Amino acid sequence: MSDQHKDPNKDPNIPDTTGHSWDGIEEYDNPLPRWWLWIFYATIVWGVIYTIAYPAWPLVNRATAGVLGFSTRAQVADQIAEAEMANAELNAQLASADLRTLTEDETLHSYAVNMGAAVYRAQCSQCHGSGAAGAVGFPNLIDDAWIWGGRIDEIAWTVAHGIRNEDSPDARWSQMPAFGADDLLSRDEINQVVQHVLAISGQDHDADLAAAGEEVFLDNCASCHGNEGMGSLMATREFQAEDPDGEYFPDDERTGAPNLTDAIWVFGGDEAAIYQSVYYSRFGVMPAWLDEFRQPGLTQAEVNAVAAYVHQLGGGEE
Amino acid sequence: MSQSETPSLYASRVPVFPRRVDGFFRRMKWWIMIVTLGIYYLTPWIRWDRGPDLPNQAVLLDLANRRFYFFWIEIWPHEFYFVAGLLVMAGLGLFLFTSALGRVWCGYTCPQTVWTDLFILTERWIDGDRNARVRLWKAPWSLKKARLRLTKYVVWALIGLATGGAWVFYFADAPTLLVDLVTGQAHPVAYTTMAILTFTTVFMGGIAREQVCIYACPWPRIQAAMMDEDTITIGYRDWRGEPRGKHRKAEGSDNLGDCIDCNACVNVCPMGIDIRDGQQLECITCGLCIDACDDVMAKIGKPRGLIDYFALQDEAAERAGAPPTQIWRHIFRPRTIVYTSLWSLVGVALVVALFVRPELELTVAAVRNPTYVTLSDGTVRNAYEVRLRNKHGDERPFRITLTGDPALRVTLEGTPYEAVSVPAQEMVLQRVYVTAPPGSDPAEGARTEFRFWVTDMTNGERAHQDTHFVGRGED
Repeated sequence: MSDQHKDPNKDPNIPDTTGHSWDGIEEYDNPLPRWWLWIFYATIVWGVIYTIAYPAWPLVNRATAGVLGFSTRAQVADQIAEAEMANAELNAQLASADLRTLTEDETLHSYAVNMGAAVYRAQCSQCHGSGAAGAVGFPNLIDDAWIWGGRIDEIAWTVAHGIRNEDSPDARWSQMPAFGADDLLSRDEINQVVQHVLAISGQDHDADLAAAGEEVFLDNCASCHGNEGMGSLMATREFQAEDPDGEYFPDDERTGAPNLTDAIWVFGGDEAAIYQSVYYSRFGVMPAWLDEFRQPGLTQAEVNAVAAYVHQLGGGEE
Repeated sequence: MSQSETPSLYASRVPVFPRRVDGFFRRMKWWIMIVTLGIYYLTPWIRWDRGPDLPNQAVLLDLANRRFYFFWIEIWPHEFYFVAGLLVMAGLGLFLFTSALGRVWCGYTCPQTVWTDLFILTERWIDGDRNARVRLWKAPWSLKKARLRLTKYVVWALIGLATGGAWVFYFADAPTLLVDLVTGQAHPVAYTTMAILTFTTVFMGGIAREQVCIYACPWPRIQAAMMDEDTITIGYRDWRGEPRGKHRKAEGSDNLGDCIDCNACVNVCPMGIDIRDGQQLECITCGLCIDACDDVMAKIGKPRGLIDYFALQDEAAERAGAPPTQIWRHIFRPRTIVYTSLWSLVGVALVVALFVRPELELTVAAVRNPTYVTLSDGTVRNAYEVRLRNKHGDERPFRITLTGDPALRVTLEGTPYEAVSVPAQEMVLQRVYVTAPPGSDPAEGARTEFRFWVTDMTNGERAHQDTHFVGRGED
């Protein structure tokens, strides 16, 4: 390759050069240190063994698996299984916990909130938003208004069975008629009742139309929304106050009617939006998340966890 | 060129068998060894009462809970700058001592030097002094040699074990850990750490010894850049010692210098060098050759200091006949004074920072997803994640209030009260809600500045952080 400089008269203590010269700078042809050479050979041997033992050589669709059968995916699966095993006891406790008193058990509640945060981000944030502030048609979960109840047990029921779906026989179900589209009310009557709703929610309105609208409201809307328009949850709460220990989940069609007097509107609270809601009727749906009703779904522990998480976002009821 | 002519690429180590020596510097080194090793081995066992909820170990690195306890000081992870400050001081201190006294760190206090000294001491107890050790090294294997070698390695391993043990005791309650270690209950990490440190101690202090300083340590190379002609190093006064030779009356010893070529300085050197060749990279300036030479000078009736601590600058003056310069004249010079000032400055800053740091702290992170929420009565609410840190040794109730706008109100998630109980030496994350009634300026405006206050209800200590409230006007 290169002509080595061999000079019989040169000092034997100075090694030969490689013959390469760059701007007069030459390179000694020193042999490699023994220890270095042995480590170099060892790394070659090690490399061959490694590519046989572990996934290494790329083939057309995948790489060689390696005789040890190591796989990072399997490792992750093992770690997940291990973590679930470690949490099995807490999950069992959470699945069977009395949700009315969950906040009193600090450890379990804290576990539920942290677990629920993960469940929420994976399953709920697509509709309700990562900050749980909702959007038009998707309720805000951090305010203090609830359609189906804001206690942990009530939230858990809503999550487990969903709203207006055919999967769970216990789904929350409400049905508002399309008063305009189905010719139940005339446009004038709808305009009157819209003005009445604006009046009871404290917004600018036409007083004459609103007065006329009150009668329309009492005849058509009050059966679900209540005479004062306070919504069905108010009636439920009154019922619960009489029987505080009763297991009461309202499931007839008169429930799920929102409070029309507050400042919170799922589908918008201005005149045009309310008119739309009365004329066509509007409501959302929510899947039944319990794994009994949908695959893949949530375990009872996950349902309870996400309920505990949503409950502590700022709107939870006692 | 045949193979035999090629210079060897591998220099075998020439074993060093330092001879026992006594003298001023040797005694000083014994004392420094006792003090430094004593500090290292005994510190974890010092107890310090911090109250019932906290560890009572004076010096403890609690990695699991991320706390560093040092007597009355507790360092939290976010106060790591104290450790950085100490490292800066250590660096500047090293600069100072190197520019003034050369490799005094290497010669007296470096763990490598101290442990090597300890290992040579045990070797001397077991195998005897230099001549006995050389003989034993050259002797073929025999029952006696095997017994001595075994004894030596067992004793070294025990020293190494104690060293590794002392290390792990800094990271857990020492008495509990000792019981756990003995009964096999301790965490595998503790055993592994001890095993590694036992091995490295024996290897570096017993086997590698001076090779660590010569080949592995970067400090000798760095130090060369920090020394100047005023730096105190060890040197041989060749103008006094040469020509060296055995003093014999018959041969007219008047022509010879003070050096009698007894090799005492070479035999005691733990680095295996001859200081008479001049300053060299291997020299750790431990001073043992000075002790050895002074001893010989006393015996032959010559003044001490043929080998001595002096600065390079002195050489020219002394050659011209001047008497030795006082050491302190070299030490106090602008360079060392600048290092000392910088070192003190960092030290004072750290002490001040330590005394003014609060015992209660808060960090406020506004939740801006969403920026605000409207409640059913039209109230506007913002949420804040407030981290409360209690650095006291007992649980404290912290009240959260705000100032800035009279319309704003504070409520806490999960509790009807306005105070949170924060355990000793803990951080609690509390979600705090601030509300503004409908129609108020903050509710209808865009942005209202206000200040969170946290009050320790036991002693009234307060801390605050500014943030702002977002209203409907932001849209």
